Amino acid sequence: MDGAKLMPHLLRAAALACTAAAGGILLVLIYLVLPLFTSGGWGSVIAWQWLPFQGRFGILPMVVGTLLIALGALAVATPLAVGVACFVQVLAPGRIKGICLALVHYMTSIPTVIYGFVSIFLLVPLIRQWFDRGTGFSLATATIVLSLLILPTIVLVLQATLRELDRSARVTCAALGFSRPAYIRHVLLPLCRRGLLAAVVLGFGRAVGDTLISLMLAGNAPMVPASPLDATRTLTAHIALVVATDSQSTFYHSVFAAGLILFLVMVLIQLILRRLGGTFTP
Amino acid sequence: MQKKLIRCGTVTLLMAILLTIPAWAGSLKSFADLQGTLDIAGGTAHIPVMNEAAKRIMTANPKIRITVTGGGTGIGVQKAGEGLVDIGNTGRALSAEEVARFGLRSFAFAVDGVAPVVHSDNPVAGLSVQQVRDIFAGRITHWQAVGGPDAAIHVYGREEASGTHEVFWKKLLNKETVVGSANIIQSNGAMKVAVSRDIYAIGYMSIGHIDDSVKPLAVDGVLPSQATAIDGTYPAVRQLYMNTKGDPKPLARAFIDYILSAEGAGIIRAAGYIPLQ
Repeated sequence: MDGAKLMPHLLRAAALACTAAAGGILLVLIYLVLPLFTSGGWGSVIAWQWLPFQGRFGILPMVVGTLLIALGALAVATPLAVGVACFVQVLAPGRIKGICLALVHYMTSIPTVIYGFVSIFLLVPLIRQWFDRGTGFSLATATIVLSLLILPTIVLVLQATLRELDRSARVTCAALGFSRPAYIRHVLLPLCRRGLLAAVVLGFGRAVGDTLISLMLAGNAPMVPASPLDATRTLTAHIALVVATDSQSTFYHSVFAAGLILFLVMVLIQLILRRLGGTFTP
Repeated sequence: MQKKLIRCGTVTLLMAILLTIPAWAGSLKSFADLQGTLDIAGGTAHIPVMNEAAKRIMTANPKIRITVTGGGTGIGVQKAGEGLVDIGNTGRALSAEEVARFGLRSFAFAVDGVAPVVHSDNPVAGLSVQQVRDIFAGRITHWQAVGGPDAAIHVYGREEASGTHEVFWKKLLNKETVVGSANIIQSNGAMKVAVSRDIYAIGYMSIGHIDDSVKPLAVDGVLPSQATAIDGTYPAVRQLYMNTKGDPKPLARAFIDYILSAEGAGIIRAAGYIPLQ
């Protein structure tokens, strides 16, 4: 078989393998969670209190914690990313553009544990001193650092879209007499909605999936935070904590439920965002 | 013919190993004829002892590679049970389910105390048992109530199934639930970092992990230490275990014997724990 014939098969195999892996993970999770359904434990998992030694295995606070931290990080990172991407693509002179892009690329390669560790020594004491409430390990701390983590993802995806748009629209708009800020405001931003959406979806995925930053910085108290300065626990950190300490007891199964919920939340959010994207398209 | 010779040689070597183990058990010499890798994972309290023993063994016999990773008691059970590591460490006795599921054998080797700790600049030096309970239950929330600075108490805890948490919770907190707003820390090492960075913190950790960066609190006038843990005046003590799936393999057996030997006892003592033998 020659290369031209082989290639489509290889590509199809790669695509199938990826889909099968995702589907397989879902099936395994459902299989592992099944004991909870049959033993009637599902009700005790969908609850608000995590006190495993007293038979309370509620993981809803962790669902809320995950959503708060991920959406918070997205809310901080998205405007910043739009600013960085527009600046790099339109306003920055060549040299600065290069430095900025190199820096953003570099940021994608910083391991999360570095962010977490540095933040314990820098950001956590600052938050503790400034606000005089709580330990500094909080929803706000984790959100800030997580937004830093997802920033480059959003910037790079968005900038790729902007680059294409800019190529086709720049000369026309310059000829029409747009100033550069007006060009960004009235032409580029409205046109790049789909790219922005794709970037936000990817960023959200990273934020929800990240474990170490929330584990190291959010304080891990299994409760719904009453203020941004309170500690909270994400589903990923919850799984890490329980797996690290327990192995066979009944509540060990609740981590699979946490995994399944995490999986489903991701699917749901992706669907919603894609739906929104559909209605946005001109 | 050659094959036979090799087989003969292997058998002789194996026999030699088997024969020499009892003779040299417990000293570094017992590793002389061994080689291969030994993977250890699990409880974070064990790490100082495991690391020191591994270092000495690997120095004495470079053909042996020993890796030591943490993860926690749960990881220790899981990994040893699934056969992913040779020795899984736990900071608590195995539960009946764990023994039944995996067929693990436990080797207790040290006694460890779990002590309440505060920042080294905190003027509070001791608390009553009742004060400790009230603080961790969230009834006392201010350091002034126990003779400390004018600031809120920052409570740090561990996940409920942690070996360190279990002994503290059973023997000092009298099984009272730790306040829900407590920050949950994932290991003994991380607890030391958290408490040493927060001047208003209180947490609890394995005595072996305590160093100058944090301060153990006396409880009812008894300062948690090796001495008070061994004579029974400090109540929150537990045993540390190594676990193997079924009977240990020769290298794991030699490692366990070494930890249980007189030299191992020295390492255990130097790490801040009390050897069992």
